[in-house]
Amino acid sequence: MDSRFVETFFNAEVIARYLPLIAEGFVLTVQLALLVVVSGIGLGLVLALLRAFQLKPVTWAIVLFADLLRALPPLVLILLVYFGLPALGVPLSALATVWLVLTLVLAAFAEEIFWAGLTSIAKGQWDAARSTGLTFVQTLLQVVLPQAVRLTIPPLTNRTIATTKNTALGSVIGVGEILNQATTAQAFSGSATPLMLGAIAYLILFVPVVVAGRWIETRFAWRP
Amino acid sequence: MLEVRGLRKSFGEIEVLKGVDLLVHDREMVFLVGPSGSGKSTLLRCCNRLEEPTDGAISVDGTDLLSPRTDINAVRRRIGMVFQSFNLYPHMTALGNVTLALRLVSKLPRGEADARGHAALERVGLDAKAKAYPGELSGGQQQRVAIARALALEPKIMLFDEPTSALDPELVGSVLAVMQDMREQGMTMVVVSHELRFARKAADRVVFMDGGRIVEEGPPEQVLAAPTTERARAFIRDLAH
Repeated sequence: MDSRFVETFFNAEVIARYLPLIAEGFVLTVQLALLVVVSGIGLGLVLALLRAFQLKPVTWAIVLFADLLRALPPLVLILLVYFGLPALGVPLSALATVWLVLTLVLAAFAEEIFWAGLTSIAKGQWDAARSTGLTFVQTLLQVVLPQAVRLTIPPLTNRTIATTKNTALGSVIGVGEILNQATTAQAFSGSATPLMLGAIAYLILFVPVVVAGRWIETRFAWRP
Repeated sequence: MLEVRGLRKSFGEIEVLKGVDLLVHDREMVFLVGPSGSGKSTLLRCCNRLEEPTDGAISVDGTDLLSPRTDINAVRRRIGMVFQSFNLYPHMTALGNVTLALRLVSKLPRGEADARGHAALERVGLDAKAKAYPGELSGGQQQRVAIARALALEPKIMLFDEPTSALDPELVGSVLAVMQDMREQGMTMVVVSHELRFARKAADRVVFMDGGRIVEEGPPEQVLAAPTTERARAFIRDLAH
């Protein structure tokens, strides 16, 4: 391989010096991403289930929330929350800001995905369950939701990856995640190697998620 | 057993049932026949309140179905329903389908629910398929599992909404055999179906509906062989061809 290429992107000395820093960022990014996934998908699921009750004011509020959060660029939201909330007397750390914003964004998309799944289940499933005496909530949770969740796994996996990758936006407000550590190291070393390390760190983080998504998809598939 | 009086049902502007009176006695098997859009299915679906009637009265086994004080979920356990498209839960095994309401509605412990589930599958000749998923079963087998799902709750009356219409002709017989067997066990049954040959053999009474009303009713040999109204004559002649 061309030695200048290796020198630029895989400089052994720079790797040795800055690998611990990138590793720190990696750990923080993993933690942040996990928190966002759990709270974002959890909140999205709760919202979709609430929407199933078809109470007009609740539905409107959820649709408004989902549309706003899906329309706004996450970076705008992060800056707005980080610089806006302290002025309102609610100081939020940079880390908490990124967690909150990405949770809300993921919840907005997840709600729409779960809702689409719930409404795609044939009406006959409701008829059958209700005709045996199951309540609305029992039918929703035991009959309709398990089928809907299987349908939502592929779009939900994609959206989850897209949203958790946005943890990189935390670098703008100083969250010590992968990209922030990598750019800091790049500034100190004058080498692009830390950025390459950062890219590799993202691959290590997200390739397993993509593979896991595929596995879950086939694992839970059933013949119609 | 089932008493329907002055039943009306409108969907928006369209009145589908225009005052229906029907009395089904204990252990009786009644066939509802008539052209599509005549209100047969809607009548059936009103009988366990899957459709909310606009007006009229329905009582099942002495319980006023439309009273606000009636616990509809409790009553529905005593009214079994079988659908044209089976509507089995695809994510559960045959046994899972049959035992879900036993566990959630009858609150039976799993062991007892499973025992009753196996017994119900045995009755439709499918206990060997207890662990199969709906996607692994033929249409006829799926419909028999759906019948077992209703039977497991030990209903007082069974409603069948075109139970064989979605089946390949060679699979119809297995479902009709199960229904014949239920009839011999004394189940009260209301059946919407175009299987007139089966009606002639098994039904106590045939009710002919047209335009949201009951036009003619009586023993099958009378209504099917020598209908008195022109509407019924035309319908039965068309079906025979």
